Amino acid sequence: MKAWDAIVIGGGHNGLVNACYLQRAGLDVLVVEKNDWVGGAATSRELTPGFLYSNCSYVCSLFRPEIMRDLELPRFGLQVISYEGGAVFTRDGDYLANYRDHDAHRREFARFSKRDAEAYDRYARDVTRQCRFIQPLLMRTAPDPTSLRPRDIGELLYLGKKFAGLSAEEMALTLRFWTMSISDFLDEYFETDVIKANFALSGIIGTALGPMSPGTAYVLLHHYMGEVDGSVGAWGYARGGMGAVTKALAASFKASGGTIRTGAEVDHVLVKRGKAKGVVLAGGEEIYGKLVVSNADVKRTFLKLVEEKELPDIFLRRVRNFKIRGSSGKVNIALDSLPEFPALPKDSPVYRGDMHFTDSMERMERAYDDWKAGRWSADPFLDMVIPTTLDPTMAPPGKHFMSCFVQYAPPKVNGHDWTDADRDGFAESVIAQIAEYSPGFRDRIVHMEVRTPREIEAEVGLTEGNIFQGELTFDQLLFNRPVPGYAQYRSPLSGLYMCGSSTHPGGGVMGAPGRNAAAEILRDLAKSTSHMSPAHDVI
Amino acid sequence: MTSFDAIIIGGGHNGLVAAAVLAKSGRKVLVLEAADDVGGAARTEEFAQGFRVSSVAHVLNRLHPDVVKTLELERHGLQVARDDFAPSVALSKDGPLVLYGAYGEVLTGASSSEQSAWKELRAQLLRYAGILKPFLSRRPPDLAGMSLLETAALGQTALALKKLGKEDMRDFLRVLLMNVADLIDEQLSDDRLKGLLAFDATLGSHLGPRSPTSLLGLYYRLAGETGGIAGAQMLPKGGMGAVVAAIRAAAERAGVTIRAASPVARIIVEEGRAVGVALESGDVLHAKTIVSAVNPATTILDLVGPREVDTGFVRKVKNIRMKGDAAKLNLALDRPPQFAGVDAAGHKGRLVIAPSPDQVERAFNPCKYGEFSPEPVMEITLPSLADPSLAPAGACVLSAVVQYAPYVLKEGWSAGKPKFLKATMAQLETYAPGISKTVLHIELLTPADIEARYRMPGGHWHHGELQADQMLMSRPVSGWSGYDTPVEGLFLAGAGSHPGGGVSGAPGLNAARRIIAMRG
Amino acid sequence: MNHHPTMNPTTARTAAQSHFRTLRLDTPFQPRIDALARTQDWYNWAGYRAPHSLWDEELEYFAIRSQAALFDISPMTKYRIEGPDAEAFLNRVTLRDVTKLKPGRVHYTAWCDDEGFVLDDGTLFRLSPTRFRLCSQERHLPWLLDSAIGFGVSIEEETEAVAGLALQGPTSFAVLRDAGFAGVEKLKIFDLAEFPHDGDTITISRTGFTGDLGYELFVPTEKALSLWDRLMTAGELRGIRAIGYTALNRARLEAGLIVANADFTTAGHAIRADRLRMPDEIGLGFMIDVEKGHFNGRRAILEARTKRKLRHVLVGLEIEGNIPAEHAIVYHKRSQEVGLVSAAMWSPMAKRNIAIASLARPFGDTMVEDLWVEIYAMRELQYQKLMKRAKVVQRPFIKLDRRTANPPADF
Repeated sequence: MKAWDAIVIGGGHNGLVNACYLQRAGLDVLVVEKNDWVGGAATSRELTPGFLYSNCSYVCSLFRPEIMRDLELPRFGLQVISYEGGAVFTRDGDYLANYRDHDAHRREFARFSKRDAEAYDRYARDVTRQCRFIQPLLMRTAPDPTSLRPRDIGELLYLGKKFAGLSAEEMALTLRFWTMSISDFLDEYFETDVIKANFALSGIIGTALGPMSPGTAYVLLHHYMGEVDGSVGAWGYARGGMGAVTKALAASFKASGGTIRTGAEVDHVLVKRGKAKGVVLAGGEEIYGKLVVSNADVKRTFLKLVEEKELPDIFLRRVRNFKIRGSSGKVNIALDSLPEFPALPKDSPVYRGDMHFTDSMERMERAYDDWKAGRWSADPFLDMVIPTTLDPTMAPPGKHFMSCFVQYAPPKVNGHDWTDADRDGFAESVIAQIAEYSPGFRDRIVHMEVRTPREIEAEVGLTEGNIFQGELTFDQLLFNRPVPGYAQYRSPLSGLYMCGSSTHPGGGVMGAPGRNAAAEILRDLAKSTSHMSPAHDVI
Repeated sequence: MTSFDAIIIGGGHNGLVAAAVLAKSGRKVLVLEAADDVGGAARTEEFAQGFRVSSVAHVLNRLHPDVVKTLELERHGLQVARDDFAPSVALSKDGPLVLYGAYGEVLTGASSSEQSAWKELRAQLLRYAGILKPFLSRRPPDLAGMSLLETAALGQTALALKKLGKEDMRDFLRVLLMNVADLIDEQLSDDRLKGLLAFDATLGSHLGPRSPTSLLGLYYRLAGETGGIAGAQMLPKGGMGAVVAAIRAAAERAGVTIRAASPVARIIVEEGRAVGVALESGDVLHAKTIVSAVNPATTILDLVGPREVDTGFVRKVKNIRMKGDAAKLNLALDRPPQFAGVDAAGHKGRLVIAPSPDQVERAFNPCKYGEFSPEPVMEITLPSLADPSLAPAGACVLSAVVQYAPYVLKEGWSAGKPKFLKATMAQLETYAPGISKTVLHIELLTPADIEARYRMPGGHWHHGELQADQMLMSRPVSGWSGYDTPVEGLFLAGAGSHPGGGVSGAPGLNAARRIIAMRG
Repeated sequence: MNHHPTMNPTTARTAAQSHFRTLRLDTPFQPRIDALARTQDWYNWAGYRAPHSLWDEELEYFAIRSQAALFDISPMTKYRIEGPDAEAFLNRVTLRDVTKLKPGRVHYTAWCDDEGFVLDDGTLFRLSPTRFRLCSQERHLPWLLDSAIGFGVSIEEETEAVAGLALQGPTSFAVLRDAGFAGVEKLKIFDLAEFPHDGDTITISRTGFTGDLGYELFVPTEKALSLWDRLMTAGELRGIRAIGYTALNRARLEAGLIVANADFTTAGHAIRADRLRMPDEIGLGFMIDVEKGHFNGRRAILEARTKRKLRHVLVGLEIEGNIPAEHAIVYHKRSQEVGLVSAAMWSPMAKRNIAIASLARPFGDTMVEDLWVEIYAMRELQYQKLMKRAKVVQRPFIKLDRRTANPPADF
């Protein structure tokens, strides 16, 4: 019976990144994916003829350029196009736009507050400083602070040195930044509600927190530390939808000799004498591997795919306590024409960027209160994009694909599982929100896909529909991610590794967990990692 | 006129502690208090004929042992006996749950599995709070360059962490900045117990139990001790004013001069150095060292004035969040109330209406938007039960801290106060049926009232939110967390400084130690 | 546009929104400048379309030195600071003693953050006992507003409302006089006065950025074009020419003047902690008045001085040869890197190869011997590496008597 060098459970972007690096290191790697397509939460699917849907993740910034380069993703079709603008619509019929041009950006803010317009540079400076501190940590394995191994101590010293390299003012800001709410943080720079809302949204996307919750300033950083070709903090579309990322990864993997089996759901990990030996598929087929890497989240991996008895109690307790509450949903819409927003000039670049309707901190926070109470938000926060304004490949000419990321959507509705009626009510809250700013919007809809946490969990396998495979709070970051003691991609089971977003540095289509896990695996196998680029310098 | 080495502005407990410690070091010290009496928010006041109550702070749970020792408070009338420890009662429609001894050494009213879960959690909380405890009586580390002493102190903390053992240390590092609701959900199942912990963690702060970092509030509470026992609490005989009286006695014994009814108009700064104070009366007093034990924002923005400090510093001071959410309710009752299912001992304790973490969270929600809780949560004491001198014979004093009542109420407190009172009384009536009919007099102090009466900006007990980003090196503001200020010779000694509020005396003690070390 | 009386609110909003269509604004002088722009060589100055050159950057430079050059300074950030406490406010914000700045006078100053790092330099015009104008490269509204807490002062940004022109060069006085600005001859260096123009009032100060005889004129936007025409007409016989920034930049370097975010990084923009500079580190130590009472950064500046924490120094260099040493690395003993040149040129007026450089102390401070610059001169797609001796010299590199002569010479 064939034993693969490595079996990767799950063909999401991190699973594929991991598989690519292992395969390129000379291992014989098999990826098993339960769906009939790869991609996990980074897919483009034609759900209605002629329209490609980026049905989960929808925009690109965090994906590490080092990985794109190492795995030759451009050769396999990956291209990222930057946004041209963005806006928050206000309830009085105006909007606050974000423009790429620095001076236009300032003039736009000055329409609301001259002071805020001039405060932006200081804000940008301070956030940039924080990004520069965190960026180099993304492509490194987090040290274990309880360990006395030279490597952990070395990494801790690296962290300490980086911190000591900051000025006293920067250190102080860093300490505060990591624990502040984005609302309090923004209050120190800006006076205008809509301007604060404009920035705060990056502090809540994907989290089960509101903008007034401590810790959301860090989440903002998580959304700012990406880049589009060196332009730090920029976001863009993957040409062909987010599936282009995983399509390129799969092609790269296959080109280097890797094997992918789709439609192959793993029932459990095969464990013999405390060692992972392979996987057993839902049909009962056993596939053997010298090691197994799970791209599934930590809860799914250890509470569903591995038998309890194989794992230490303390580990199981911590896995059970891992917070992975879903907080968002997705409404994907095929449109027969470009929607109009009367507030927006027809030639505005905002159409080619991200649009939002939540113009105050209070509305954003109240949307979160609904989530805490177990309801979807009555006045939801939307991160809406129309990628077809820049990417003609996703819809027939003149027609458009619109992606609406929606917060908040609880993992359960008033304590019960989502029903179809709940799902429709949720969708209606989104459509109503858009239609309020875009008359005739409903008539343009050709087809719609609604994804509550229920659908996300069922299709992609993300527990509770959490898009980051675990919340991004301090108790689940760095050496605490996913759980203390196992934050270095290894698990208590010999031969079983983790490579999903449940691990450091967390979610978003970043690829860093998959890459870092590969580095640790190759280290255990005493194999070369010379095919892995070190993290780009931050100078 | 007598000359003084140090002038302390503000005769609250921290000001008096700082004064006493400085006087003991041989300095001539003057305390200037604006009100007619010292004590600040820790006074005992008559609020209705024959009824006396602790003004704001009403439970003694964190008076720092170094303060008790240094000031020899027991010699000056402070009495703490183990028998005085007050239980905490979690009120509920399903019957109460009681934490006896020092923060629930014994738990009654819960299932046996919950009791053992609590035992484990309590031990863990006290262990972790114990790691943080030494920070209470130290200057926060100086980020601009740590002294050998500071480095050694941090090393000791690292050692204490190591001593926990690997897994415990890992859990400590994991939960440090967690929200209290998630942590207690991991380990407990009884809503009443969880509600109590959620309430205690968020009492006095602008956080709900679901807010990340809210667990720190519980640590802060449990890092306090009474009579040498961590987590213990008591209702001081004679009210909180009696505690202040002991501190005052110690201060006067050490030679401190106290001048009440002497509000300070400004701190006189010459060439970047504080050289004295001008009183509202027009008097001018000079001293080498000026110590402000009042609010940091008041000190810098009103007394020193923005002109004498840098813009960035003014910015930081203005950014200190200090809008209180806790109201104080004092009731004069014609007879002791009966809280359903609570025994006599329980009535002498601390009664908490916070039936579940969710209800605390729901009470918190509106205050984010400038609205009060329609179903407020609160902690209630009946101090006259143990100390009959506080009320006429047969009558009873009820003292409650009620959340959430935002300092800035959208509709304004003149319109909102009757409504909030109604909501509060309705809660009380639910748990002590018939109580409304026994009310002789009501005094409800919203944060706005507390601000006006006790000169506490925002009506905030801690003189600044006690949240992670306003603690330690960031308290009161980053760069100036060690009791010094950019104005030479001017020091801060109030609750706005590390470690924060509550009747601990720690800021005053630490500030005095700093001044002595600086030869100020 | 918002002032148009018949415009309804919606139209006004639409008009305000439309700015995204014009990323580089026109200054009030743009119609005249466009008409003269033969090179069409533009750059972005704070969101405005400004000329690098208009017709010939070399000759534009000589227009400054031999005739009168007209340069549009409208994009400069301007704040109007007014109120009973304006003087006290500015004394707290800026380094120099504002009580010594009399009404009708101008001084060059700088301001710092709490750490004593320079936020910007600029010129402060005292228009009256209680009214000032602060001109600077960067924007500072939040800083100024927060600094105003506790002062009876109002601060308004007036960059768009007030247009500005620099008229520089030996015949500049004659141009103004011929244009009919009676009394302008009374202006001594750093004096300012108001003059009638086109039914309005303009401010003329004897200031500039060239080290030459020169004036700066501030005019309400609506009267900008008529002022331009008035000067051009009057100056025709005096050789007046409009110029772009490249020429001005040469003149300023000869005058030894520094430019924010060219010769040093301002604290508001510095992302890297080691780029921050104290006044003493960029040659602005002379502004610091420790006797005047509290000012922003005082504490940090004094501490740095007494604890010797100053790490950099900005110096003028004279470099052997005639190859400009722009962005060259400065070495000690040809081997140890000690600094960087931020601006350099062959000076036509001094006939010297000059540069401004930032050095790490003690180099340039107490150690000034054996300094070298490594010049990478690109010649036909190859770098010619030159190691040239550099000497620390006094700034300004040129000193022109006509700059300060009274009465100003009538060339």
